Amino acid sequence: MRLSQAWIVTSKDFALFRKRRNIIYSVMVIPIIVTCLLSVVVWYIQHKANGTVSPAELTVLLPAFMFLYMILSGIIPTTIASYSIVGEKVEKSMEPLLATPTTDGEILFGKWLAAFVPGVAAVVGFGSVFMVTADVLSHGTLGYYYFPNWSSTTVLFLLVPIAIILSVEWNVLVSSRVSDVRIAQQLGSLVLLPFAGIYLSGELSLVDLGDIGNLLYIAAAMAFACLLMLYAVQATFQREAILTRWK
Amino acid sequence: MIETERLTKRFGDLTAVDGVSFKVDEGEVFGFLGPNGAGKTTTVRMLCCLISKTSGEARIGGYEVGNDGDSLKIRKMIGVVPDNVGLYEALSAYKNLDIYGRLYGCPDARRKENIQRFLTILDLWEKRDVAAGAFSKGMKQKLAIARSLVHDPQVLFMDEPTANLDPEAAKTVRDFILELKKERRTIFLNTHNLDEAQRICDRIAILNTKLMATGTPDELERMVGNRKTVVELENASDQVVGAVQKRFPAAKISVDGVQLSIDVPDAEMKTPDIVQAVVQAGGRVHFAGVVGSTLEDTYLKLVRRDQ
Repeated sequence: MRLSQAWIVTSKDFALFRKRRNIIYSVMVIPIIVTCLLSVVVWYIQHKANGTVSPAELTVLLPAFMFLYMILSGIIPTTIASYSIVGEKVEKSMEPLLATPTTDGEILFGKWLAAFVPGVAAVVGFGSVFMVTADVLSHGTLGYYYFPNWSSTTVLFLLVPIAIILSVEWNVLVSSRVSDVRIAQQLGSLVLLPFAGIYLSGELSLVDLGDIGNLLYIAAAMAFACLLMLYAVQATFQREAILTRWK
Repeated sequence: MIETERLTKRFGDLTAVDGVSFKVDEGEVFGFLGPNGAGKTTTVRMLCCLISKTSGEARIGGYEVGNDGDSLKIRKMIGVVPDNVGLYEALSAYKNLDIYGRLYGCPDARRKENIQRFLTILDLWEKRDVAAGAFSKGMKQKLAIARSLVHDPQVLFMDEPTANLDPEAAKTVRDFILELKKERRTIFLNTHNLDEAQRICDRIAILNTKLMATGTPDELERMVGNRKTVVELENASDQVVGAVQKRFPAAKISVDGVQLSIDVPDAEMKTPDIVQAVVQAGGRVHFAGVVGSTLEDTYLKLVRRDQ
């Protein structure tokens, strides 16, 4: 594996993404909106809803909100990966790319990096912004700064990257089966279902998402799923299969 | 430079390429003719190490196709113009070439020099900063050819490079291929344009899953063997026809108005004697010459016979 070769593929994809507004929107605008909305909710429940929220309730809400960034980490790579792979199929640019002295693994890793790097940067970046904002807004009620803590750090620096890896892998599989970017995005979004399920479990108090142990179990399960999906992706992303069997 | 021996590719029960053997020398323009579905693109993909071969052998520049260790070396020494140009339409012409130059490991200085050189030759230098998506079909094709050359490959595979181009753009591409030939590059040209193959190829292979024939355009033209002497007269009288038949008893003679068609073996050598017989019988000759089968005749005969 020559990282320099993979990086050329990544930088090529970055150059293409910069030309597509919808990719920039999904990478930048969605996290901005989510961060603003969550911050407004944190402010609202303390100042406008008759100030009925208790510090205990706030410490349940804040980690749940933090977990939303994991769901966000499933959305961003979906857009990027589907454009990165289905876009090549639509433009029929995969064949000349595969004809270069670049291995399948280098192309796959390059494309993976192209979806992973902006995804992690956006989610971790805006997640950090939310932590700061939430701290400022909740300090009056809690009397201390809730963030950072072990659970938020685990979510942001462990669960989010794993979720992005999982999302990219799923989207590579989906992209091999469809030839339309929008369909790829729709099917790719299915990766959100397990994340949303975990979030709902937290909301329904079935799982304590503020508990570091629970988060590590979730991370381990997701890492296992990543590993399984990696085998499927490697089997799918084969030069000959791409040219003769991909739709 | 390129050599195949019983090269075969099967997709399940379908045999796409069946035991194809040929040799292409360095600096040669080799045309690969065949109808749609004949296996031309599959052969190119095998030779470019894009898909595996089912059986047989192939070598490019001494490296073995199908050997994992040699695949990267082969891909580095070849350039490919696929049937779909596959450009990054949102990126500029220059950026498209730059990316591929980097992927082929072309050093910075040489890459920049080659990009400028090929874009200039192909009349695209002034439009180097324009997005490829804004180009016409002909310009895109030229850009795809420049992309395939940016790393100075010794061997160039071109799959239908003039398909869907207007006559002027097609001529530009053909002229450029002839320029590349002068640089001693080996060019493997997939086409079903017989005229194009005849004009620019040193040798041609006719493929219809199996290799039907290989040879120079002239050799292929003669392959179906019905070259005839044609004599156009002021008046094709029975006396003249009889005189020719008497001189060449085995010849098949047909009369069409004032034109005699005389089917004799070795028509070029017999033509002066035929003209002499006509004149001695009182015929006045307006034209005499040998007409033969065309590449199209050979192609259609071979392909239809196979079907």
